[in-house]
Amino acid sequence: MSRGLWKGNEAIAEAAIRGGVEAFFGYPITPQTELLEYMSWRMPNLGRTFLQAESEVASINMVYGAACGGARAMSSSSSPGISLMQEGLSYIAGSDVPAVLVDIMRGGPGLGNIQPSQSDYFQITRSTGHGDFHPIVLAPSTVQEAVDLMYGTFLLAEKYRTIVILAADGSLGQMMEPAEMPPMRPPLTEAERGDFAVRGAAGRSKRIITSLFLNENELEALNLRLQAKLKTIQEAERRWEEIDTADAEYLLVAFGTVGRTCKTVLREARSMGIKVGLFRPITLWPFPWPRLRELAAGKRAILVTEMNAGQMLEDVRLAVEGRCPVEFYGRTGGVMPLPDEILEALAGVAHTHRSAANGVELSHVSGGVR
Amino acid sequence: MSAVIGISEEMIVEQGNVMYKRPDALSDAFTHYCPGCTHGIIHRLIAEAIDELGIKDKTILVAPVGCSVLMYHYLDVDAVEAAHGRAPAMATGLKRTQPDKVVFTYQGDGDLAAIGTAEIFHAANRGENICVFFINNAVYGMTSGQMAPTTLPGQVTTSSPQGRDVKLHGYPIRMAEVIAGLPGTAYVVRRSVYDARTIRQAKKAVVMAFKTQLAGLGLSMIEFLSSCPTNWHMSPPDALTWIRDTMVPYYPLGDFKVTDEMKALEG
Repeated sequence: MSRGLWKGNEAIAEAAIRGGVEAFFGYPITPQTELLEYMSWRMPNLGRTFLQAESEVASINMVYGAACGGARAMSSSSSPGISLMQEGLSYIAGSDVPAVLVDIMRGGPGLGNIQPSQSDYFQITRSTGHGDFHPIVLAPSTVQEAVDLMYGTFLLAEKYRTIVILAADGSLGQMMEPAEMPPMRPPLTEAERGDFAVRGAAGRSKRIITSLFLNENELEALNLRLQAKLKTIQEAERRWEEIDTADAEYLLVAFGTVGRTCKTVLREARSMGIKVGLFRPITLWPFPWPRLRELAAGKRAILVTEMNAGQMLEDVRLAVEGRCPVEFYGRTGGVMPLPDEILEALAGVAHTHRSAANGVELSHVSGGVR
Repeated sequence: MSAVIGISEEMIVEQGNVMYKRPDALSDAFTHYCPGCTHGIIHRLIAEAIDELGIKDKTILVAPVGCSVLMYHYLDVDAVEAAHGRAPAMATGLKRTQPDKVVFTYQGDGDLAAIGTAEIFHAANRGENICVFFINNAVYGMTSGQMAPTTLPGQVTTSSPQGRDVKLHGYPIRMAEVIAGLPGTAYVVRRSVYDARTIRQAKKAVVMAFKTQLAGLGLSMIEFLSSCPTNWHMSPPDALTWIRDTMVPYYPLGDFKVTDEMKALEG
């Protein structure tokens, strides 16, 4: 299809539309608002549902309602709004209905600011709300990748009857880049709607969608089923990109926009003689632990870089399990790390660990937030 | 149940003696409600109205958090379970994507008049084409009798042991009057079920509420004054009397919003 110049938020909205979204419920919040604005005219033009809700709390519960009816429903927001959705997301997870959410992350905590950030890593990759579960979290690094990932979100959500979150920092939502749009997916037919869908009990017995299981054994059974589903997702859906890892002595690990910045860092570092590779997780959950673990063995050190104080860092440490030293460089508050800063941090890591034997310095895990 | 005393339902039907039976839309299930609680009566009125209007196959219940949390077991219609207070938002999502269905919420006073005020207020203001059945029993029933937003001044509860002091806790909210003030609503009334007369009036209102939605006229809400003998520490008959003598003076029964289109439907 056509290649055009797209603003990130609008590209994500159009990709969701082409991916089949039938109902959008949202609330304005910077730096996500263009996504909602785009939906506000595009969805009615296509005869689909758009509604600006009174809050993010209401938005996610509208998504929950529509999704219970088997509709492809989504919302989008930014960090403080995602906090407000945690309750609804927990109910959606407990009810096994598919739903899609976009998080265009900004600086926190609290009201924070409207600058780009990756500080929602914890709140979207762990249980987004009370209970034991994980949504699938996809982290694009370019507008094109955001389009491609967004296009597949509904199929992924329906395949596992789970929540899928597309998470990008505010800069990706705001930047303009060329992107190619996928074709318009045909609408769901009645027969294709999930057999869980609540659409009136005509010609069948009634259906109930609930996350309430008063009997502890029943609730444990639900949890075991959820965990089995999460295990399947872990095995089947881990995605990542790696560059120049084959001969690398050091590894950069970064996601989203920072992952993209690190490609520049990698080129510069290689030209300086630092043999570094890049590992960029695309699924933040399931985190690509096994591959990172393989790569960690034999590396002199890993440098994790994020736009937060070290959140994915914890998953990297869990993956590496002491196989090599893990260092950290992060910027917070909406500050974007520049290639030169990361390069300097990498040069420092290379200097410190230039003679380190593999896997020896188990206790050497330091962190740095400038 | 009649099989227990040796008379099957079929035998009664054969003899043509059926005066009163379980509506189709009411499940053949034991409820967990306390003796004397009027949830059961209101459930039945809703089921009777669903039967009369022939909408059982296209009705979706949005169940609440509170004493009626298990309501989906008692009505034989498709159902979802909302988070506390969020039923109108969930109903909005369901109705906007399935406008040909009949969607209703059933909510208690803590649910609708405290934690879910934003959701009911805006669903009503948007004129969502849904029915809201609001059960006001002046107390949090399921958590065992704490002060509700509708608890009367001076009323003793487990969280207002000295009685509700309006200077400390504010005033009980007359939700029917508040919601009726929003232009998006088409039919907002207050009813009770403390005797045969009020039950008949309530039944008519439930039918009207569903008719409002079927005609696409906007949000309808019935506030029911309902009893809670257990947490009021009263016998069931005394609880019914308390509704009449103590609740009704503060929460007058009546019609607070009946639009002209609704009057035409009624006529």
